[in-house]
Amino acid sequence: MSNNMNLTLKVWRQKNAKAKGELVSYQADHVSPDMSFLEMLDVVNEGLIKKGDDPIHFDHDCREGICGSCSLHINGRPHGPKQGITTCQLHMRSFNDKDTIVIEPWRAEGFPVIKDLATDRSAFDRIQVAGGFISVNTGGAPDANVIPIPKVVADEAFNSATCIGCGACVAACKNASAMLFVSAKVSQLALLPQGQPERYRRVQAMVAQMDAEGFGSCTNTGACEAECPKEISITNIARMNRDYFTAKLLNSEE
Amino acid sequence: MSNLAKTFSSSLGKKLVMALTGIFLCTFLIVHLVGNLQLFKDDAGQAFNAYAYFMTHFGPIKIVSYLLYASIIIHAVYALLLTAANKKARPVAYVVQKGGQNSPWTSRNMGILGTILLIFIVVHMGDFWWKYHNAELPYAKYEISLENPKDIQVSELPYDANRLVHSDIVDVQAGKQIVVSKDLYKIVNNAFQTWWYVLLYVVAMAALSFHLIHGFKSAFQTIGWNNSNLVPIIRFLGVWVFGVLIPLAFAAMPLYFFFK
Repeated sequence: MSNNMNLTLKVWRQKNAKAKGELVSYQADHVSPDMSFLEMLDVVNEGLIKKGDDPIHFDHDCREGICGSCSLHINGRPHGPKQGITTCQLHMRSFNDKDTIVIEPWRAEGFPVIKDLATDRSAFDRIQVAGGFISVNTGGAPDANVIPIPKVVADEAFNSATCIGCGACVAACKNASAMLFVSAKVSQLALLPQGQPERYRRVQAMVAQMDAEGFGSCTNTGACEAECPKEISITNIARMNRDYFTAKLLNSEE
Repeated sequence: MSNLAKTFSSSLGKKLVMALTGIFLCTFLIVHLVGNLQLFKDDAGQAFNAYAYFMTHFGPIKIVSYLLYASIIIHAVYALLLTAANKKARPVAYVVQKGGQNSPWTSRNMGILGTILLIFIVVHMGDFWWKYHNAELPYAKYEISLENPKDIQVSELPYDANRLVHSDIVDVQAGKQIVVSKDLYKIVNNAFQTWWYVLLYVVAMAALSFHLIHGFKSAFQTIGWNNSNLVPIIRFLGVWVFGVLIPLAFAAMPLYFFFK
């Protein structure tokens, strides 16, 4: 095809968590603008494998923007230059022929590099385990709509729940703060009646775990919400702070 | 560690300290500005000197001023603690990071702006606060006609360790009120005759503007006060009152004395 592109990739290569990494240049020729970014990397990797080189390691799974596996800091921005999408939803038509594309892993103390572009995001799992759940006794399924929830509240909770835990918020933040992720996970339950019994215990436990994982603190730059593939709002952060301060300074129950 | 100490050493607790001290410092700016507007009065500094005496000798104001000094120090120390923790949170920097495409410049440079402001506060207090308290300043004697308060005769008195900082006598027989006060107004006037000193003040006020355009609204977001009816008002106040009006009015003072 005539509109295929020739690109120069500068990819972060790092053998393992302890090794010192560096940017390595690769040529990606005849790239179709209809390819997704990950498909482009697949093709580059096939070339590397054919030559007997180690392919570029990167995380991916569903490739339709809902699993939160893919990451990649592309030309200085998480999930690349477009808004509201993950890297797997980014297409090569967003780039121009002869572009140089710098690809780096998420950079955070809480997300150590495993290899190349793949990072260990299990810190997010540990934050979730600390309190991002509701305790429900098993038994007969309750009737739908037994507990009335106003539409605006349900919508807001749903918006918070769309977080896929990809970590772009941490990657975008100049402080590597995880507050958008944690606040979304706190909010999706804090907004709903089912989340009330553990509301204040939850926020304290999750914030404590967030701090223990070595994430930075929020300076309200708004970079996280600008880069979030699910466009989750920093309103969640204000809500989490409010709940945390209420729990620590105003309430005495727990 | 007690629970309260733990709360204030958490990331959110430290941010709360930044927000509360920041908002307190913002309210101080309003008081400081309103008081200093007396510099523009055409009375050879009589009102301003009386105000300076009141601010340094009225008990409750003194208590608030110590709270203020503490707030400045706490705000700076916590900023350092947070910055150190934030740097640790990203041990390996990106080769390419385009912060300009996802966040405003002011929000990413609060530390630099705050450092400029801290240096400014030290210089500013050294020049006026320290001199007023410790230096051998001359006195200004104002003879104000009782019939026409606009008729003010000013004369300079030399420093005298035994003289009261401020005295106010009404001499009915002579038909005038005689006010003698330490002449801070003169010190202000003299300081702002040097161009680079005026420039320093104007630059510092530009830094104040950028610091508050982000800082004021950010403080409310941190506290968690983001009611959708109030956010537009907070944003308006942050940009137009604290970001534009107040820094401009402060910057006008050195410029006024320089061009007077």
